[in-house]
Amino acid sequence: MNYLLNNFDKAFENKVRLGVMSALMVNDSLDFNRLKELLDVTDGNLASHLKALEKVDYIVVQKQFVGRKPNTRYSATQAGKKAFEDHLISLETLLKAQKKHL
Amino acid sequence: MQETDYLKDITEIRSIMERSSRFISLSGLSGIMAGVYALVGAYVAHLIIQDYLTHPNDQVLQYLMLDALVVLLLAVTTGYFLTNRRAQAQGAKVWDATAQRLLINLLIPLVVGGIFTLILVFRGYTAILAPSMLIFYGLALVNASKYTLSDIRYLGFAEIGLGLIAAAVAGYSLLLWSLGFGVLHIIYGTLMYYTHER
Repeated sequence: MNYLLNNFDKAFENKVRLGVMSALMVNDSLDFNRLKELLDVTDGNLASHLKALEKVDYIVVQKQFVGRKPNTRYSATQAGKKAFEDHLISLETLLKAQKKHL
Repeated sequence: MQETDYLKDITEIRSIMERSSRFISLSGLSGIMAGVYALVGAYVAHLIIQDYLTHPNDQVLQYLMLDALVVLLLAVTTGYFLTNRRAQAQGAKVWDATAQRLLINLLIPLVVGGIFTLILVFRGYTAILAPSMLIFYGLALVNASKYTLSDIRYLGFAEIGLGLIAAAVAGYSLLLWSLGFGVLHIIYGTLMYYTHER
């Protein structure tokens, strides 16, 4: 069954990263606080996972100012969306394969 | 990882997608209440019109507008209160980004429709008041449905249909208005209450 795991993306092994990508698939962009509120995680935790996703170019960061307050927005890249879709497909395939074996 | 973990992942993904893009705390109960207010308001309007037919007077339009305003205020206040309560019970913030997006998209056709209806009143085209209220309200619902429970889309189509019928067939305006704002709200509110809140 190892061949099925080929499409399993290491970047999505973590719940927080999976959550960030899920939210960014259906929203053009989201800011840090909104993501924090959606996923119910701490600042530090979220920041480190966002860094990880940024490093593999699955998300991009835009910094801007709202009034005087800095506002950081995140959005998924084409590569990120493609990787997430592949990950979903392999999740489904795996589930189907397991059902057959039961 | 076990099968249940993958299943949990998929459930989690779906839930985050829903929560981050749609406002789902809309209360079905508030739909039912809006329908009840509309029916009472329509009955009052019927009485006002009957009275006008037997004793013609100048204030009929003012009475009707006051009646409509009271219904609108009651429906909006109740809707706000019940939705607020439901969002709190779900642990969601009422005024988060999804709620704002829903409200803006609902209000664009609705405000245009409201202004248009007032213009009709002042220019004396009272025969197409009810149809234009139904049509603009229906368009507002269809527009807003992308940002909340998708059931709202069909309610919108139904309102538009009733509005077009009311525009084409003279004399049934108030009846079709009661059907659209009263009966349909009660049916939809009940449906939403049983499918999403129980």
